[in-house]
Amino acid sequence: MALKNNARLTAAERVALARMPHRPGVEEYVDALFENVFEQRGDRTASDDQAIMCAIATFHGCPVTVVGHRKGSTIEQRMAFNFGMPSPEGYRKAQRSMRAAEKFGRPIITFVDTPGAYPGLEAEEHGQGEAIARSIELMSALKVPVICVICGEGGSGGALALAVGNRVLMLENSVYSVLSPEGFASILWKDASRSEEACEVMKLTAQDLLDLQVIDAIVPEPAGGAHEDPQTVFQTVDSYLRRALDEMQGMTGTALARERYTKFRSMGMHAQRRCR
Amino acid sequence: MIAPFGKRRERLLQLRELRRAGEGPASLPQQTCPACEHELAQDELVHNLHVCPHCGHHLRIGAHDRLASVLDAGSFREFEAKMASSDPLGFPDYAEKVRTLRKNTGLSDALVCGWGSIDGTRVAVAVLDTSFLMGSMGAVVGEKLTRLIERAGKKKCPLIVFSASGGARMQEGIISLMQMAKTSAAIERFSGAGGLFISVMTNPAMGGVTASFASLGDIMLAEPGALIGFAGPRVIEQTIGESLPKGFQRAEFQLSHGFIDAVVPRGRMRAQLSRLLMLHGFGGVARGSQK
Repeated sequence: MALKNNARLTAAERVALARMPHRPGVEEYVDALFENVFEQRGDRTASDDQAIMCAIATFHGCPVTVVGHRKGSTIEQRMAFNFGMPSPEGYRKAQRSMRAAEKFGRPIITFVDTPGAYPGLEAEEHGQGEAIARSIELMSALKVPVICVICGEGGSGGALALAVGNRVLMLENSVYSVLSPEGFASILWKDASRSEEACEVMKLTAQDLLDLQVIDAIVPEPAGGAHEDPQTVFQTVDSYLRRALDEMQGMTGTALARERYTKFRSMGMHAQRRCR
Repeated sequence: MIAPFGKRRERLLQLRELRRAGEGPASLPQQTCPACEHELAQDELVHNLHVCPHCGHHLRIGAHDRLASVLDAGSFREFEAKMASSDPLGFPDYAEKVRTLRKNTGLSDALVCGWGSIDGTRVAVAVLDTSFLMGSMGAVVGEKLTRLIERAGKKKCPLIVFSASGGARMQEGIISLMQMAKTSAAIERFSGAGGLFISVMTNPAMGGVTASFASLGDIMLAEPGALIGFAGPRVIEQTIGESLPKGFQRAEFQLSHGFIDAVVPRGRMRAQLSRLLMLHGFGGVARGSQK
């Protein structure tokens, strides 16, 4: 893809950029931004779903918990991580990790990058819906700061399950939507091939979501996308995280949970009116 | 368990009234049972709470018929009846579609909610209606439900929600997705303050509702045969490249996989809810000391 000024990209081009295999994901952010990384494995019930990475680490000397969807970059990794599509066990591991963060007073930073939760037979048998619901429920009431970075694809409930934060920021070319454009076109128009058209009407770009007040800030990307100059992107994300954590530093746990509740409580509040 | 004749008669009269007011189901003279293909007369169906008398198949039931089937006759007071979608994304043709549906169904959106009583116990109750865009959850469904949950919390009133939904409201995009966070957060608060939430999964309970408030009940009930899950069967079949086993994602499947406490036939739902309310200290028995 020729390097194109980001401002002129169409929604469909941004979807393609958000899905680029070499786009930095949670592992690259962990390497670049955090130190003393200790990865937490397993849900303590059945297995370790590698599509979600959980870790304790330090961020500028302060212990934090990092949780994120993991896609991997090589084909072997991508298969092992199920292309970033978590199973219920992944969400249950994330819940365990976030509960521990709350217990030990660690701020939580999540990196969201998934096409969606895995739509498989076993995932349904193990309660995919329940696992996502519990994640959302848990995150809504956490008594520690929660900052969510949508760095690639924010696909549906599987993304939201890690995106209930006091602050939600999006990279310029990442996308966040109720369903993949293909799924959307298939449900609404019974024609998955109309996905490009879906991209335009779905309002899934960072600017759309900022306008709709679903996110708080946009991280600019270099021309051609985040993978063209990851260091610059890491620095911008780093300074945003520092500032956000500073802002929340004096807040009590109750105030943090209340702020998060109010933030999501207001979403769609004005998307309705009185009818006769 | 069959309600005393007097009560059943009262409910039927109430149903008839609703239908006269144009709020009931479309008055088809006859319908075919999708399971056993018996021809069913409409009055026979209504009398039997839209359950096929031949094979027990649970047909879809409108929100107001549902309310009449579980609440004390005449006890329902609707809450936020006039809230309607403002088309937050300016989605092509959506506003017109909603207008037409409002006219044809008599519903303002896919959720009817309010206050009523079961054997004299006051409850907050919400019902999703599949005749309105498959009971999908947009801003109106999310906002009405959240207001009801918050109000129920303040009043220390038990909450019962009958879910019947295809999931998120596509035409409201990300705003629809955010309703999952909003409603789940409201349930968390309600629950944290000691509230009782009984979630009843009816056919179908999929996607966005199953991945939010509907899975968060203290008690999880389902109607026989209800399809309950996150991803739809067609999507799963496409993903795994094979057809799904019989009964996959049905209420009985969810029961055996540990996500449902009981599968309750529609005719026994009212009695079951009444017993559960009693077991949680509402109505029926004297409540224990407060301290």
